[in-house]
Amino acid sequence: MRRVSLTVNGSAHELELEPRELLVDVLRERLGLTGTNVGCDTSSCGSCTVLLDGESVKSCTVLGVQAEGGAVTTIEGLAENGRLHPVQQAFHEHHALQCGYCTPGMVMAAVSLIEHGQAGSEDAIREGLEGNLCRCTGYHNIVRAVEAAAVAGRS
Amino acid sequence: MAITTEAVAGRYVGTSVPRKEDAGLLTGRASFIANLSLPGTVHLAVVRSPYAHARITGVNVDAARAAEGVVAVFSGAELAEDWKSSLPCAWPVTEDIKMPPHYPLATDKTRYVGDGVAVVIAESRALAADAAELVEVDYEPLDASVDVLAALEDGAPLVHDDLGTNECYVWHLESDGFDDSGDVVVTRRYYQPPLIPNAIEPRGVLAQVGPTGEVTIWSATQIPHILRFAMSLVLGIPESKIRAIAPDVGGGFGSKLDVYAEEALAVALAARLGRPVKWTEERTENYVATIHGRDFYTDLTYAATKDGTITAIKADVKCAMGAYLQLVTPGIPLLGAWIYSGPYAIPNYSVTFTGVFTNTTPTDAYRGAGRPEATYVLERTMDALADELGMDRVELRRKNFVSEFPHTMASGLSLDSGDYHASLDKLLELLDLDALKAEQQKRRDEQAVKQLGVGFSTYNEMCGLAPSRILGAVRYAVGGWDSATVRFQPLGSVQLITGTSPHGQSHETTWAQIAADALGVDVDDVEVLHGDTAVSQLGMDTYGSRSLTVGGIALVHAADKVVAKARQIVAHQLEVSADDLEFEAGTFTVKGSPDKTMTIKEAAFAAHTAHNLPDGMEPGLEETATYDPPNFSWPAGAHAAVVEVDTETGDTRLVRYVAVDDVGTVVNPQIVDGQVHGGITQGIATALYEEGVYDEDGNLVTSSMTSYGIPSAADLPSYELARTESRSPTNPLGVKGVGETGTIAAAPAVINAVVDALSHLGVKDVQMPATPERVWRAIEEARS
Repeated sequence: MRRVSLTVNGSAHELELEPRELLVDVLRERLGLTGTNVGCDTSSCGSCTVLLDGESVKSCTVLGVQAEGGAVTTIEGLAENGRLHPVQQAFHEHHALQCGYCTPGMVMAAVSLIEHGQAGSEDAIREGLEGNLCRCTGYHNIVRAVEAAAVAGRS
Repeated sequence: MAITTEAVAGRYVGTSVPRKEDAGLLTGRASFIANLSLPGTVHLAVVRSPYAHARITGVNVDAARAAEGVVAVFSGAELAEDWKSSLPCAWPVTEDIKMPPHYPLATDKTRYVGDGVAVVIAESRALAADAAELVEVDYEPLDASVDVLAALEDGAPLVHDDLGTNECYVWHLESDGFDDSGDVVVTRRYYQPPLIPNAIEPRGVLAQVGPTGEVTIWSATQIPHILRFAMSLVLGIPESKIRAIAPDVGGGFGSKLDVYAEEALAVALAARLGRPVKWTEERTENYVATIHGRDFYTDLTYAATKDGTITAIKADVKCAMGAYLQLVTPGIPLLGAWIYSGPYAIPNYSVTFTGVFTNTTPTDAYRGAGRPEATYVLERTMDALADELGMDRVELRRKNFVSEFPHTMASGLSLDSGDYHASLDKLLELLDLDALKAEQQKRRDEQAVKQLGVGFSTYNEMCGLAPSRILGAVRYAVGGWDSATVRFQPLGSVQLITGTSPHGQSHETTWAQIAADALGVDVDDVEVLHGDTAVSQLGMDTYGSRSLTVGGIALVHAADKVVAKARQIVAHQLEVSADDLEFEAGTFTVKGSPDKTMTIKEAAFAAHTAHNLPDGMEPGLEETATYDPPNFSWPAGAHAAVVEVDTETGDTRLVRYVAVDDVGTVVNPQIVDGQVHGGITQGIATALYEEGVYDEDGNLVTSSMTSYGIPSAADLPSYELARTESRSPTNPLGVKGVGETGTIAAAPAVINAVVDALSHLGVKDVQMPATPERVWRAIEEARS
């Protein structure tokens, strides 16, 4: 077991972790943050995308111990004071989610894309979301939502 | 019941009300199975066969039993007594169909890679997975039957030895005096490979058995109602003791329209151990342990006159069942059986399906189920026929369209309504075909590396499953009706209980729109409850684009009954005749006395207090209706794909996709568009990217998301959608199904476009999916 300190959605945590524990399992099972979903076991689907020190990562490819000293933001940490984050709001307005399983990862990936200024065109958004699979929407409305949120973020 | 039209003209139906479902899903507060747990929960792992076909000669569980955190380990033989019947197959399509038993774990031999052999239950999922590695199974590997056609040959390895054959059934439908002679006869063979549904949420189940044997099963399922009675049959527990719950379910596409071994195992083990048992499918497990779709070989023949009038259609289809019959495996081809004439008026009709056992993952419903298989071969062969006739492929389609409705097809079913010309006209208008053709010619003249192709698919489909009498006539084991309850709470909010079980389809929003209009209340006043057999007692669940056209109509009828009862209450309280009341926007008004009014919410309160009700009236304002549709639902449309093919590398890019669909009345345009987007995408994926590949030993080569080509946003363009509207005359809303249309239409449009891009090089066909290698080879073969 290794002692790990990390901040999740602004709260500091001290955890005793097995070295093999994935960050996604730490979030889901140790901290009860089940908003981050697991859709595969090959780091393909992106459902488990979170922000680690501001960068989007697939939390199934990061070991919990690697997050030592880091700051993690999950889907639960996005809305503030009961108000949806602009990307969440855009997903709602543009019907960018159906079953909702890929949504937390997709939203986190989109937040990162916009924050890094990489959502300037449809092509850029599509390339930027390549690591996040959705089976319901055909991505059409996801792209619309990210475009809208990106524009709102610039204005 | 009389057909009402009030709901259609309402405040909400026809508008894009934002989804009521989104809040929890967007903020990480969804109740997917993986997020649920109960005190004392133990975790199930299934030991699966690495062989497609092998005799089990021994199972040693000693090491696993001794491993850390292990609660119990059982071989298939040790649980054999727990099963009162086989996992159910509800569709024995012929009288003499062969239906081998299918128990949750194999005991004699394994019949596909992934077949369960033993189970491990441990204190955590990781410990269960670790211990599963320690179960030692002795296998005697056997030759496998993998390819559908090879499995039918004499001497092929038998999937089920005692059947003496791999042929499961032969089903045949033919019009009287069938005649397939013609001036031009075109026959083509197509193979549609296995597809792996890949709902992004894998399957999962949590089962709890209480002290008096009451069972609660939470499952990532499309079919909680069917699951309840299936569990009753398999485990011998009365239905009244079983509560099945579908919590938030992360997509299904048919793959969760099934009753699976792990569901029965979880319940049986929870009963044995006295602790809740949870199983969460791993993705690589999902590839072998959850049903596949397609895997059909089809020989399709069109006969036509010289002027392009199609006179006959004949399809001979060999359909993989996989190793066992799951819930509706044998019936999947039949879901397309009546529409091999598509939107065309073809007088001679013959369809033959041969179901074939193979040592592969069982097949069953995958989005479209039977109809994409039909539409693909039809629309591909339509282009081939146009070639043979030297006719324009759009004009050939148009010439053969059914143009008067209702229309009884040669297959025997009746198309209720449509305007196939209108959809095609609109498509051509949006497409600007002349400009595309000019660009194509320019590139051909320049011998450009990147060639342009345009492909069409005009389709119709039968969905909205289904009229119960027809289901009975084709040997489906249950009915096709559904139910709804509309319940006013004392202070005027509405609970709406539906027998449908959404998993992404937005019933909470759509149903609320319909109910709010019918009752004249605010859409936010309506709460939609579903997916729990303790709440929704009656239902047939969600599949086959049936929810709106069956469950939605049950809802309209239940709402009508509520309004009728409220009318009696209001008439009594206002001391007028019920006939003298007008009901609009939630308020009853006495005709000619606009100041004498009472709202339906006031009637609901009066019904609750019961202080002053008509003599003999039961208190409360709540009504249930069941609805059995008189016909299937017949959406239709015209789709076109534009592709760019790199003739040096074979790489194909979809550059435009234009779809004009006619799904009758649209309740929520944004939601309907979303269904079409998703459907189209799965059809495009079929055409360009996805294929379940087995090697000759029956190993699934494409066994994870890294090797199976689910398209990402980067692989696809935005879509151009439009609609025409031919309301269904068979239901009061005029609605038709929409969930599967895109998948049915898209694959042939895309492949037709790929072939069109290369036709000047002599390419006549490209096997799906049109990977760069296949396209490149097709070009090279045509050149040589």
